Amino acid sequence: MKVKICSAAFNPWQEIQAYQATLATSAKFGATSIFIGTMRDYNEGDAVQSMTLDYYPGMTEKQLEKILTDAEQCWQIIDAYIVHRVGEINPDDTIVLVVVWSSHRGDAFDASRFIMEALKSTAPFWKKELLESGQTRWVEKNTDGYQKM
Amino acid sequence: MSIKVRYFASLGEQVGRSESELTFSQAMTVRDVWQLDTIEKSIPDNVLVAINMEYADLDIQVQDGDEVAFFPPVTGG
Repeated sequence: MKVKICSAAFNPWQEIQAYQATLATSAKFGATSIFIGTMRDYNEGDAVQSMTLDYYPGMTEKQLEKILTDAEQCWQIIDAYIVHRVGEINPDDTIVLVVVWSSHRGDAFDASRFIMEALKSTAPFWKKELLESGQTRWVEKNTDGYQKM
Repeated sequence: MSIKVRYFASLGEQVGRSESELTFSQAMTVRDVWQLDTIEKSIPDNVLVAINMEYADLDIQVQDGDEVAFFPPVTGG
């Protein structure tokens, strides 16, 4: 299991392929669950030009590793990989990638959902948006991932 | 005792700095650290706290050499 903080744009599909190629257990996993979070060009009714993602070097990695360890306690995971962007981010850039490899889909789906929700609520990252209007603002809270529209 | 205090994101802007060093002789909790270092600025209700990069409570007593961090709700992902 691995976490990676990335200060430059990354291609999530290449990350998945490269990481999966390192797994010694390639014939063991029957399910791969992938979540990719991408930056939108709007938020709360405003056009967003770009964003800066701040983090707490050291604690952020530690917290992401804890989330993977917690997930491993609850689900049968063969491997898992988190990549998260920091720094200057533009619309369409990938912000986060979560991949879980498991024997079966139930563990893969449920563990990846748990990892994403735990990341959103406990991993020390903070977004500051630059709006098209030129105004900057901190994002104050994340949306509820379980809320029904 | 001396400790390092760090502030992140909007909280750093509100406090006016991202870190400071504090030296003191009496026992102090995280809440005391906030009050001493921010000169009694009221502590936000939703503040999150970490000691040595692990989540902690405001009432935990700090130890010599600790790194105490204050930050707002996280918004990654």
